[in-house]
Amino acid sequence: MKKIEVVQNILKANDYIAAQNQQLLNENGVFAINIMSAPGAGKTSLILQTIARLKNKLRIAVIEGDVASTLDSERVRSEVTDVVQITTRNMSESCTLIANMVSRALERMPLRDVALLLIENVGNLICPSEFALGEHRRVVVSSLPEGDDKPMKYPVIFADADAVVINKVDFLPYVEFDISSFQNALRVLNPKVAIFQVSCKTGIGIENWCSWLLTELEASRQRSPHLTSPLKGEE
Amino acid sequence: MHEFGVTESIVSIVLSKAKEARAHRITEINLVVGELSGFVPDCIQFYFDFVSKDSIAEGATLRFELAPAEIRCRNCGTIFHPQDTSWNCPKCQGQNVEMTGGRELYVRSMEVE
Repeated sequence: MKKIEVVQNILKANDYIAAQNQQLLNENGVFAINIMSAPGAGKTSLILQTIARLKNKLRIAVIEGDVASTLDSERVRSEVTDVVQITTRNMSESCTLIANMVSRALERMPLRDVALLLIENVGNLICPSEFALGEHRRVVVSSLPEGDDKPMKYPVIFADADAVVINKVDFLPYVEFDISSFQNALRVLNPKVAIFQVSCKTGIGIENWCSWLLTELEASRQRSPHLTSPLKGEE
Repeated sequence: MHEFGVTESIVSIVLSKAKEARAHRITEINLVVGELSGFVPDCIQFYFDFVSKDSIAEGATLRFELAPAEIRCRNCGTIFHPQDTSWNCPKCQGQNVEMTGGRELYVRSMEVE
C-alpha cells in the first residue's frame, strides 16, 4: 500500500479547453458572452432584444444550449443566420454547457465575420457557474417572478457575474420583489457587478444593457490586439 | 448530471498518476469538494462505479472531504464561515465580502498497491 499526493484540479481539462476557445475567439475578433439564468428568466428574449438593437451595428452569432428541443434556436434563427444548437440531452459529459461543446460549435461558425457571440447556457443557476466556456463576460438574468432572494441562494453564479440583468420589471406591481434588497445582496458578494433593470417584453432598459455590451466589447478590443474594429461602419 | 464528466476527469487523473507510479491497483481516492461548488458527492460516487469499471480504479473507495464556505471581509479582513444565508461580516458588520473557500474540486491523494 502506497500513498500518492496528487492535488490536481478536476476542472483543469475544462479550463484548458475554455482558454483555447477564448484564444480562437480573440484571433478572430469575436467578443463572447455567456448568458446564464434559471429556466424561464428570459435568456432567449434578452438575446432577441439584443439582436434587434444591435444587428445593424455588428454581426451577431448565437450558440443555443438546451437540454432538449430546438425551440429557442428556431426563435433566434429568424433574426440571425449564424445559430448553432447544442442539445445536451444527447451528450454524456454534462447537462450544462462545457468548454468542449462550445469548441465543437465554434468549428461550425464563420468566426472571421462575427463580432459578437451570444452563448445561451442551459437554464440552471448551479451547474453552469462551474464551467468556463471561453467567454469574455458572464451575464446572469434574474426575473421578478423568481423572487429577490436568488443572490443569497445561489451565491457562486452571482459572485462571478460581470453583469446581472433583472428582467420582467413590468411585473413589479404583481409580485413581491424588493429590487433594492436584491441589488444590495448582490453587491455584498460582487461590488463591481453591472446591474440592469429591463423588460424584454416592453423593451424598457434594453438600451442601457446594449450600450454596456458595446462598451465592454470596445474595452476588450483595446486590450486584445487581435480584436480589430468589429463595429460596422468603423472599419 | 454534470458530475458524469467530472467523474471521468477524476478517473483519468488517478489512472495517469497510478501509471506514473507503476501501481497495479488503486484502493482509495481522496477528493476535496467545496461546500459552495455545485458537485454532489453521491452523484460522483454513483458515476464512479460505472466509469471505473474494468480499470485498475474499479472498487476503489472514494473519500470526500467537504471544504467549508469561507468568506473574507474586504473592510476588516476577518475570515469567517457564513451561517445560512447571512454574508455580513460578524466583526464589523461589513457588507463587502469575497469568497475565499468552498469552491474547491480536486483530487488530494490516493492509495495504490
